[in-house]
Parts: sequence; C-alpha cells; structure tokens
Amino acid sequence: MALLLDVLSWICLVGGGFFCVVGGIGVLRLPDFFSRLHASGVIDTLGAGLVLFGLLLQAESLDVALRLVLIFFFLLFTVPTATHALAKSALQGGLEPEVDDDGGASSNS
Amino acid sequence: MFHLFYMSLLLALFWLGLSGHYTALLLAFGALSAGLVAWLAWRMDMVDHESVPLHLSRRVLTFWPWLLVEIVKSNIDVVRRVLDPRLPIERSVIRVPTGDMSPLRETIYANAITLTPGTVSLDVSNGEVIVHALSRTAAEEVRTGEMARRVTGLEQEG
Repeated sequence: MALLLDVLSWICLVGGGFFCVVGGIGVLRLPDFFSRLHASGVIDTLGAGLVLFGLLLQAESLDVALRLVLIFFFLLFTVPTATHALAKSALQGGLEPEVDDDGGASSNS
Repeated sequence: MFHLFYMSLLLALFWLGLSGHYTALLLAFGALSAGLVAWLAWRMDMVDHESVPLHLSRRVLTFWPWLLVEIVKSNIDVVRRVLDPRLPIERSVIRVPTGDMSPLRETIYANAITLTPGTVSLDVSNGEVIVHALSRTAAEEVRTGEMARRVTGLEQEG
C-alpha cells in the first residue's frame, strides 16, 4: 500500500514537473503575449495541480492534507483573476491580439 | 444577518483548520479574528449573496469535477500544440454571449473560461465575453455554449 502510494505520488510529481517545463517551453515558443498566457495556464492548472496532488498523497497528517487542498482551492480562484488582470491591462494598454485565423470567428452562433 | 452568521462560521472553521492548536488562548484569538474580519466585511457592505453565495454551494459540487475534466483535456491539447515542431496554433478573438446571466454568474463563467488553458477571457461587457483562443478547437469548445449552460444551471433555485 505504501509502495503504491509512493509510485502514484511520484507519477503525479513527475507529471506536474513535466507540465511546468512544457508551460515554460510554451512561453518561449509562442509568438505573442496573449498566446503566451495560454502556456502559463498549463503551469497554473495541471502543473501546480499534479504537484499538489502528488504531495497530498505523501501528507503525513490531516492538517497537512487540508492545507494542500486549500492551496489548490485558492489557486482555482486566484489564477484566473491574475490571468484576466494581465490580459485586460495589456488590452487597455493598447496591445492588440494578433489573429491568424478568422475561420468562422465572425459567424456568431 | 444570515449571511453574516454564515460568513463568521466559515471563517472560524477556516481558522480552526489552519491553526491546529486547540488551547483556550488561541481559540479566543481565532474567534476574535474571525469576528473582526466578518465585522470589517459587514462595515464595507460586502456581506450579501455575492460574497457568501450560499445558493451555489450544492451545484458547485457537480460543476467543479466537470470543470476539472475540461481543464485536463484542454491542457493536453495546449501541450500537444506547444511541443509540435510546427507549432500549429490558430489564434482568434471571439465574442460569446452571456445571455441574461447575473453578474455573479458572468464572473464564474469568465473565470472558468480563463482557467481552461487555450482560452482567456479578455473582457466582459454588454452581455458578452470577449475570449482569446489559442486554437480553433478551443474557440469551438467555448462557442458550443456547454460551459455557459452549466454555469447558468449553477444558480437555479434548489
């Protein structure tokens, strides 16, 4: 049982690390500010989420577990707030989103 | 008044969960700080159904798991595009109507869009959300309105 937990938690930790690295690569590779926000979203959600879940499996007491769950809970509220604040202030600062694809974007349904 | 009571209760429980010390002195400090925060919020006129959304509590239990699954799916899509040597992105800016959502629902909706990688809400105004999408599939996902329907369902009575 302990071994199974260890294996699961390692998978989550390594997976979370993987998503954080890919998010970093995305921030470097993507061409403009707004598309880079999407890459940082990967770090904030699945990257941080998997690392926290991996740590949760290693939690020794209910105290620690509760705090890890709360951290995840708060991330769900603060991450979109921060991302939206960045995007909106960029927009108001006069940065226009680059668009490659109008494919159906104008046809509202 | 009911909201004020509920908020104090939540704050007290939160304090208990974080502290882990159950001596009389520290419990008194906890009660004091929970009371102080609730009083401050009340003085700022911020204790109402928006800051203490009781009417959402039960529906959220089915909304969050669904949102988590969506987040995982869209994460995988973004990761695939980022790692693809050709970097296949089709950036677009779309407008999606929020219909007659209340301000609280609009906020939840816009936040849920932002939380899903591949889509970021840039602005909410005049009954629509302006969304920046990284790919055509992500844009389509928002335009189907599935998420809007679920957010609307959140606030129904009962």
